[in-house]
Amino acid sequence: MNRFAALFTALDQTTKTGAKTAALAAYFRDAPEDDRLWTIALLSGRRPKRTVTATRLAEWAAAKAGLPDWLFRASYDVVGDLAETIHLVLPPPREASDRSLSDWIGDIRALSRAEESEKRAFVESAWDRLAGTERFVFNKLITGGFRVGVSQKLMTRALAEATEIPEAELAHRLMGDWTPETTSYAVLIEAPDPEASLSRPYPFCLAYGVEGGPETLGPAEDWLAEWKWDGIRGQLILRGGQHHLWSRGEELMTHRFPELARAMDFLPEGTVIDGEVLAWDAATARPMSFAALQKRIGRKTVPKTLLREAPAILYAYDLLEQDGADLRTLPLVERRARLQAMLAGLPPEAPILLSPLVDHSDWEELATLRAGARDMGAEGLMLKRKTSPYHVGRKKGDWYKWKLDPLTIDAVMVYAQAGHGRRANLYTDFTFAVAKGNELVPFTKAYSGLTDAEFRKITAWVRRNTLARFGPVRQVPPEQVFEIGFEGIQESTRHKSGVALRFPRMLRWRHDKRADEIDTHEHLLEMLAQYG
Amino acid sequence: MRTDPRGGPVARPRSAKTPYRRIRTPHYSPVMVLEFRDSGIYCPSGDFYIDPWRPVGRALITHGHADHARPGHGRYLATEAAAPVMRHRLGGLAIETIAYGETRSIGGATVSFHPAGHVPGSAQIRVEHRGELWVVSGDYKTTPDSLSEPWEPVRCHAFITECTFGLPVFDWRPEAELAAGLNDWWRACAADGRHAVIGAYALGKAQRVMTMVDASIGPILTHGAVENTNEVLRAQGIPLPATTRVTPETDLKALTGALVVAPPSALAGPWLRRFGAVSTGIASGWMALRGVRRRRAADRGFVISDHADWKGLDAAIRETGATRVFATHGYTATFRQWLEEQGYEAAIVETEYEGESLDAPEPEELPA
Repeated sequence: MNRFAALFTALDQTTKTGAKTAALAAYFRDAPEDDRLWTIALLSGRRPKRTVTATRLAEWAAAKAGLPDWLFRASYDVVGDLAETIHLVLPPPREASDRSLSDWIGDIRALSRAEESEKRAFVESAWDRLAGTERFVFNKLITGGFRVGVSQKLMTRALAEATEIPEAELAHRLMGDWTPETTSYAVLIEAPDPEASLSRPYPFCLAYGVEGGPETLGPAEDWLAEWKWDGIRGQLILRGGQHHLWSRGEELMTHRFPELARAMDFLPEGTVIDGEVLAWDAATARPMSFAALQKRIGRKTVPKTLLREAPAILYAYDLLEQDGADLRTLPLVERRARLQAMLAGLPPEAPILLSPLVDHSDWEELATLRAGARDMGAEGLMLKRKTSPYHVGRKKGDWYKWKLDPLTIDAVMVYAQAGHGRRANLYTDFTFAVAKGNELVPFTKAYSGLTDAEFRKITAWVRRNTLARFGPVRQVPPEQVFEIGFEGIQESTRHKSGVALRFPRMLRWRHDKRADEIDTHEHLLEMLAQYG
Repeated sequence: MRTDPRGGPVARPRSAKTPYRRIRTPHYSPVMVLEFRDSGIYCPSGDFYIDPWRPVGRALITHGHADHARPGHGRYLATEAAAPVMRHRLGGLAIETIAYGETRSIGGATVSFHPAGHVPGSAQIRVEHRGELWVVSGDYKTTPDSLSEPWEPVRCHAFITECTFGLPVFDWRPEAELAAGLNDWWRACAADGRHAVIGAYALGKAQRVMTMVDASIGPILTHGAVENTNEVLRAQGIPLPATTRVTPETDLKALTGALVVAPPSALAGPWLRRFGAVSTGIASGWMALRGVRRRRAADRGFVISDHADWKGLDAAIRETGATRVFATHGYTATFRQWLEEQGYEAAIVETEYEGESLDAPEPEELPA
């Protein structure tokens, strides 16, 4: 695994994408094919199944390092990564190993049928034989979490460099639910089997946020506008008498949304549609809140009551394939016209609806319409250039999201907790409160939105102003005011404040405000009544 | 088993391997040789403070780092080797100096300073009052390096310790291995025609890096903050390799393949731009953590610290023979629990020391 560890180190030691691409391309040119395949799998989020639980690994590592379990856990809290914590506390290895990446992964997979004592013996002997980064990488493989700051796009680019296959074509070949167990490097990369690609989605076309105003995008008449719905982006594939529903994260969601099976009754073979999975309120012909859809996320099977309470539909944005032909290079208006024709006249029970365009004559009108997005149940607008193809991934220039500004509230920090991992020596996780008479009511936590320099400042302040400690949490005087932004607000019986926020984060540190100028709990409840 | 006046068993170290016998307090006494006050660590019998963080009449200073040696005190006492940097940093101070190992009476207390192995001139301060011995260790490092007076264990009843790296994930490699890592990197950069820019504290770490590396690889360039400290240390007789201060006039093209030594903050600022193609590195104990390494966005992290690692802290405390330990800064809660499990009477003391704070903001950045 020496070579893979060296690749990992090279990727980890630079922040420059050029250097990362070069290191990866070099690896793809001459590493053994099985290792190449596993590397592609790992860098596209396909991991070997977990065969040992994190709890056991932690216990074995603590025992081998001669540490009490609580001390190992305290260390893990700071490091934030189990694989790294184990690597750091273990004594140095006694031997070396020249086994390859795929050899080690093979051993790890074979453990699924092993007795616990065999598992332990294998893991301990691996710890004795793997030096430096190799041991860390082994821990990453066995704990199943693998992130090295290499996007799938970057990996695909490097693979394209090494194989001289066009990047977009490779991106498509890498989609879907293949794993190194079900394919080989030759079949996946060099000679794709058309049969195997029946369920394969297209790479999603992604949008950038609008920076500055939309005026910078040129004349409004060059652009289609549509609502940006707050659901799950999905791709519905109807091929070979089967249907598949994929999420943007390339997760197969077919069985989570059984309603969409009926699409086969209404739409022809060889169709691929990009849209938004939403919980749909047929009575008002509007999407339900994200909270309704949320109940269905993470459920492999759906109880009948939930199917009734939060029925799902696909709100269609785009047509990517028709009669088995790839339409992605056609201009958007052409694809849209075909989509509209295909969906026209479907009966009301069809689980696919056309997401409407937002008609407009200029940017000003669109800005006014966007301001009402929240009332529509939308997060804002999508702007798509009429002539745009359906790109692979994120490309600047053709698709933009123009989201609503978040809801905001001014609140005071009352507790601080140190972060872990990247932020191990900084106070970054804060609890905020609003005022209720003379009391302070904590209502949300937030841990993002400040710059590193601001986190350093607040860390220094927290260290100097700790009133009390509760384990890793420090109580601080209610003096520092922050503007908290969030995307939505829901009623919550689990929180003392009675509300739960969606995506709370710190927008600004309000040095200009004193603690007696923060918003009130009453104001929070008004927001709940208006937007909840 | 002997019991203390409160009826509990007297704690003994659990490890049977320890070769050091505990010093027993002659008779159990609640003598507090030092007290922990809002302004700092105070000695009532001698009416002085050690490393106070608010202005006081008389201050004994362990070493010259900003969180330990602060301006505004009436009188200062520090080691001969620590005084020049303090004068340089804090202005024309009247600093009384003392040699390592020399004893001095202050009021009813007897004090002496002993090497702490942290930075040049750094000391542990031993305070004795009526036979009770306490040691304030300031910041310390137990493994020897090429620069600082090596740490010496001082036997005592109560030991006041930092625990900046008081977790078992912090395990420093030997000095020679660290030096090899720096040299390999510098050589590779020089071969690529790039400068190797290393971020290291201007006092201590920067000079340690300079004396660790193989100066035959190329020229060593310094940021002004580092070179100012170099001048002070050279003037007091500490040998450092030849360095060149970077100024707007420095011909950087003629000096490719240099090692550039700068404070960590300079790596994020415009100062770095003049060097063109560089590889950046940071020398800090925090670089042991991948997350911190990635947040700093330097190309390389070198795990080099002037604080004790986990094993160093553990061994240091054992060697003092102390039964009482006070943890001042670092992972104090965890470290206290560990010490208690090892049989020590341990407590946390709130101070304003920062240890190796990679992220310490400049004073003017602090919120009002």
